[in-house]
Amino acid sequence: MQKYSIMSLARQALNGHRGWQPAWREAEPKRRYQVIVIGGGGHGLATAYYLARVHGITDVAVIEKGWIGGGNTGRNTTIVRSNYLWDASAALYEKSLQLWEGLSQDLNYNVMFSQRGVLNLGHTLQDMRDIRRRVNANRLNGIDGEVLDTQGVKRLVPFINTSPDARYPVLGASWQPRAGIARHDAVAWAYARAADALGVDIIENCEVTGIRRDSGRVTGVETSRGLIEADRVGAVVSGHAGVLADMAGFRLPLESHPLQALVSEPLKPILDTVVMSNAVHVYVSQSDKGELVIGAGIDAYTGYGNRGSFRTLEEFLAALIELYPIFSRLRMLRHWGGIVDTAPDASPIIGRTPVDGLFFNVGWGTGGFKATPGSGWVFAHTLATGQPHDINAPFSLERFHSGALVDEHGAAAVAH
Amino acid sequence: MKARLPTGGEIQRDQPLSFTFNGRALQGYAGDTLASALLANGIHRVNRSIKLHRPRGIIGRGPEEPNALLQIGMGAHSLADQRATQVPLQAGLTAQSVNGWPGLGFDVLAVFDRAAKLMPAGFYYKTFMGPTGWWERYERVIRPAAGMGKVPDGPDPDRYEKRYLHCSVLVVGGGVAGLTAALALGRSGVPVVLANEDTAFGGALRASRASLDGQPARSWVAGVVAELEAMAHVQLLAATSVFGHYDQHFLGAIQRFDGVDGESPIRERFWKIRCERLVLAGGAIERPIAFANNDRPGVMTASAVREYIERYAVLPGRSAVVFTNNDSAYATAYSLIDAGARVTLVDSRATPSPAAAQARAAGIHIHQGAQVDNTRGRLHIRSARIRRADGGHDTLDCDLLAVSGGWNPSVHLYSHARGELRWDDELASFVAGNDLAGVSAIGAMAGTFDTGDAMRDALAAADRIAQTLGHASAEITPPVVENAEPGPTRLEPLWLVAGTGPAFVDLQNDVKASDLKLALREGYRSIEHVKRYSVLGFGTDQGKLGNILGLGIVSELLASHPAEIGTTTYRPAWSPVTFGALVGGDTGALFDPVRVTPMHAWHVARGAVFEDVGQWKRARYYPRAGEDMDAAVARECLATRDGVGVLDYSTLGKIDIQGPDAVTLLERVYVNNWQKLAIGRCRYGLMLDENGMVLDDGVTARLGETHYLMTTSTGGAARVMAWLEQWLQTEWPDLDVSLTSVTDQWATVSLAGPHSRDLIRRLGTDIDLDADAFGFMSIRTGNVAGAPARVQRVSFTGELGFEISVPADYGAALLEAVFEAGEPFGVTPYGTEAMHVMRAEKGFIIVGQDTDGSISPLDLGMAAMVSARKDCIGRRSLARSELRRPDRPQWVGLLPDDPNQVIPEGAQIVGGDPVGHSGQTPMLGWVTSSYYAPRLGYAFALGFVNGGRDRQGDRLYAWDLETGPIPLTVTAPARYDLEGSRQNV
Amino acid sequence: MSTVPRPWRTDMLTIHCPWCGPRDETEFSYGGEADIARPAAPDGLSDAAWADYLFMRTNPKGWHCEQWNHAHGCRRWFKAERHTVTYEIRVTWPMHREQP
Repeated sequence: MQKYSIMSLARQALNGHRGWQPAWREAEPKRRYQVIVIGGGGHGLATAYYLARVHGITDVAVIEKGWIGGGNTGRNTTIVRSNYLWDASAALYEKSLQLWEGLSQDLNYNVMFSQRGVLNLGHTLQDMRDIRRRVNANRLNGIDGEVLDTQGVKRLVPFINTSPDARYPVLGASWQPRAGIARHDAVAWAYARAADALGVDIIENCEVTGIRRDSGRVTGVETSRGLIEADRVGAVVSGHAGVLADMAGFRLPLESHPLQALVSEPLKPILDTVVMSNAVHVYVSQSDKGELVIGAGIDAYTGYGNRGSFRTLEEFLAALIELYPIFSRLRMLRHWGGIVDTAPDASPIIGRTPVDGLFFNVGWGTGGFKATPGSGWVFAHTLATGQPHDINAPFSLERFHSGALVDEHGAAAVAH
Repeated sequence: MKARLPTGGEIQRDQPLSFTFNGRALQGYAGDTLASALLANGIHRVNRSIKLHRPRGIIGRGPEEPNALLQIGMGAHSLADQRATQVPLQAGLTAQSVNGWPGLGFDVLAVFDRAAKLMPAGFYYKTFMGPTGWWERYERVIRPAAGMGKVPDGPDPDRYEKRYLHCSVLVVGGGVAGLTAALALGRSGVPVVLANEDTAFGGALRASRASLDGQPARSWVAGVVAELEAMAHVQLLAATSVFGHYDQHFLGAIQRFDGVDGESPIRERFWKIRCERLVLAGGAIERPIAFANNDRPGVMTASAVREYIERYAVLPGRSAVVFTNNDSAYATAYSLIDAGARVTLVDSRATPSPAAAQARAAGIHIHQGAQVDNTRGRLHIRSARIRRADGGHDTLDCDLLAVSGGWNPSVHLYSHARGELRWDDELASFVAGNDLAGVSAIGAMAGTFDTGDAMRDALAAADRIAQTLGHASAEITPPVVENAEPGPTRLEPLWLVAGTGPAFVDLQNDVKASDLKLALREGYRSIEHVKRYSVLGFGTDQGKLGNILGLGIVSELLASHPAEIGTTTYRPAWSPVTFGALVGGDTGALFDPVRVTPMHAWHVARGAVFEDVGQWKRARYYPRAGEDMDAAVARECLATRDGVGVLDYSTLGKIDIQGPDAVTLLERVYVNNWQKLAIGRCRYGLMLDENGMVLDDGVTARLGETHYLMTTSTGGAARVMAWLEQWLQTEWPDLDVSLTSVTDQWATVSLAGPHSRDLIRRLGTDIDLDADAFGFMSIRTGNVAGAPARVQRVSFTGELGFEISVPADYGAALLEAVFEAGEPFGVTPYGTEAMHVMRAEKGFIIVGQDTDGSISPLDLGMAAMVSARKDCIGRRSLARSELRRPDRPQWVGLLPDDPNQVIPEGAQIVGGDPVGHSGQTPMLGWVTSSYYAPRLGYAFALGFVNGGRDRQGDRLYAWDLETGPIPLTVTAPARYDLEGSRQNV
Repeated sequence: MSTVPRPWRTDMLTIHCPWCGPRDETEFSYGGEADIARPAAPDGLSDAAWADYLFMRTNPKGWHCEQWNHAHGCRRWFKAERHTVTYEIRVTWPMHREQP
């Protein structure tokens, strides 16, 4: 892999940057691979990278129907945090956060992971109880966290509306200093480049049209570019998980919803952290370019339209102005929607399926981006060994039968 | 105003306006934009670019402007990132450049331009990686250099509003096509709304020398506008930008009053428009050509130059080069010459078009087949270097370079709704495909640039629409158009001129042609990857100048047709939209309705401290002088337990349930039995979701044979009502039951304490209050204090208790009467906090505080309540293995060793003294409620412990980040009057 | 019975309540997939069959039969056939009647 550094930049500058090599090859599909990963988003590419890097399995193809990183990887609000309530979630997201912390160096690609911290605001006494419970759980799980009062919030975000007369006053917040934001596109590109360098084939513009099975075992996938065989297939998709499950003859407890986001025009730095509020439902951060990146929860109704309801947008903008009155005169530059596959407990499904050799890593709902490295890491383990890692064992499809849901809707109900 | 022409234009020379730019006092006229006024003062250079800090000037004339983004106004009134080309000039306006320190002429950060070679596309992905964790340090330097405008320093002093608008036809764009369509529709009698982004209608006609039926273009426009204004069924929206086109004919538009109508009480209005038919006449925007140093101040689009001359009487340069690959820029050359400038034409086409012959005849020198391949001038263009057809070079001195690389139809609104875009080879751009049902794209937006043709298209579209809506054709004869400026006819695509030096594609983000090349070289080959890697089109103009140009360059580099590469879908907004306008009045007190009880004023008068519970304001406690919350709560608790306390219970949800199948409904939604509840009796019920988790609880009373009154938690009232309705209507339509929410119809005063019966007696009632006649868990109707009342004998505090409900309007009077009658008993108001303490002593749960959506009745120790006799919602889920696990979290009491230590709510339960930060400590449960109980004289808590019912007596710890470990003993949840002797008297 | 006239006002933002007629989307709340019948005898079901009822949804990419409630209107529940990609609602009809 061609090394990226200030030195290589300087060297290339001397020859007009003509010596840079493609970050990943345009691979032609082979007839057969040891492992096929369906889906060239961040999670799929991370899976392929860790398969090669951690498990030494390099005979891997990542099959992407469009361009890599073109789904939710390139549409989200880039928040990374691990301050989840339940042990199972905390372990998964904290594993991810730890990988984020060394990711730029590991991949030799600056994914701009900025640990500027995340505030989750509390507006009612119950919010504050829930925040305290969650932060205590985080601390006991070895995850950083503080409980801030109103003044503590004000110190980090001086212009937030902390008037006691506010409709829902800011009573405090949880604060995770190690949380932050990253550059979404770069994550996909960085994993693609690193996986490619280890021998993984990244095959764009290749749509899966069928899952080949033989007596309950997966044997390969049919694609728009022909049949590709493999012993193990991992599906890492969003917005289409149900379609793939259908091809393989089983059902998933997922529904797809629009998730909207928007950015403002670029502004000089004003917000140095990420602020999320569940009761006054909106979250906001400021990108390095200066745009305020704003999001909220999913739209109520299901949809695959990559756009949401204007009503949702109006609601979360009202919340924005309620919390940050000085943003009122700023302007929305662009708004868009992604499609998120959401499970009843708002947690992902990572593991075996009723088809031998076929594994799914789906249903990330609104929490997917932050989990990218950890999701790839545990799923690579699952694909390599045929068994879930301890971290993803609780996220089995079976939990919907036993009732062992990982319900982050409840006390930990913070927007992702 | 050295560049102002002595005559012409539409400016009102009798209305001079003073304004400042970077502190310099300047003058313009009413009718100017800020950009035209700056140019009139000879000011081109208004900014420094974001990345390279190169000097930048005004290049465009409208929403496409990438450079002239200024901070307008001061303080809380300040507006960031305003395009000077769209800001109407106002008296006293102050404008500031944002980048450029200490000044626009000498900018320290211009050093970045020197280092540009180190900063190609995506350079930041290749560096700033080490040491680990240092990115935030680099950010501290990078962030202030990026960004543009400044956030105002106070809350918005202006107001906004939202309005709905329903119409038969919405026409977007008031240029020649839109005006013609609106006129025809209007004459046909079709209700039509015409929205125009500019304050003045007419579009390109405002700067045109064409005549229509012998009238000057502007007079024709004025005539049409006057006729439309006179039609009652036509609504004209000037200064209104339609920013988004959503699912089937819903459009968002912002009407500006700021700078347009000084008297307006609102700054902007957000129109939510729904139409039956949509006519899009968005026009087109001229695009530049990429060549070395094409970003110097003084380089402008040819049409912008013409518009400044013709509309604003501003001559942007006296010595001009016009560089084009099509016919449209010839009109600019004529305007320049007539305004007194010297003009040289550089026409890249190998074959002269007829327009060239005409221009030659008019005495203009043309370099045919030549291209501008570089420019010079540090702060303003001084010369353009051309490569002649024969390969030789000439240098043309100039102070203005007007460029036309063709025109891009403004297809954005068409694309928002996923309309198909079609590549037009003659235009070398996308046009609207006209495949969206009910949407007609006309005029330049559809590729029709000729004025006469555009009018004919508009009339045909209007006729079709009129007929489908049942109106007759307007039968308008299109006017005779003479002397119209040519469109981009005979265009020969020219995207990138070979040369040395930075050739900019997207000016705002300093994206150069070499950046696109680099992206392709590095394997970012999908156009989406190219754009994202190079940040092409990510500026506030959203690529209105650069996107198609970039696509053209990429298609050349990949040697494929642009249509095969494809364009990105255009996303709203067409032009940036003020947040405040989208929010309108839905802020402050109107953000979410505040609900208060009929007795609210009484609580306020008593100095209550309130808490938010759902939308309600509930009195939390009533501090007396010198009391903190703990003291007040202790006093309220003791006064209640010893005498009588009064709580406003009106916020509890109340649902009136009537019908022969009412009891069946209760049986199905509650876990417990309801068949045997006698009339006049009440019972506690627990409700689950279908996953078996506690949804709500409350007491339901049987008022009559088929009549029940259900109470719900305060926060859960709406949810429970919707829940019951949904089951009844979707699943059990056979049940004959009616539900009515009566929460707001009744005011409820809850009396608790040994003197509560005495107090009601003093109030006066016809209800027999004797314990034998009115037992615990009963309800009676009658009169209390002269008001019709329902009285329930229930208890949440563990004391003798009565809840008196009266029609809401009697609530305040009842409460007054209660306090008058209760004086001998030391009647004391208590708030939710004391209520929580007293119920906790009894071990009662509060749904939403003690339960969190993951707690089943088995976890709460209420398994016995779940009827085995019948099914109910959620019951089957309780049989699953996970819910039967013996080590599930179970509801327990927690007694700290230190009787004075109140465990923080939200503490976690652990087995030993935890190591805290450094590692993981298994958690065994958590604390949901915790208080000091003044009557008991010690602190206690409630919460969950894994397998807790079998662990009573176990010694564990509560751990909280502030207190550290707190040793405690697991107990049963209830600890006060376990026999119920106090409530049952 | 109210069928939505086509192609006008079929958009997501105007929903035809079968009782009240076309109203803005903001008056309605969404109630998920329709025709998920509650099993008559849950006790007799396996955990898998119960999970099927509880959690499994068709989640189609295309036409979807679903429930809506005119929450800020007549509060009646009704069914709608909506396209999950275009968001077009082609028909709405009262609960417990045949789809027109």
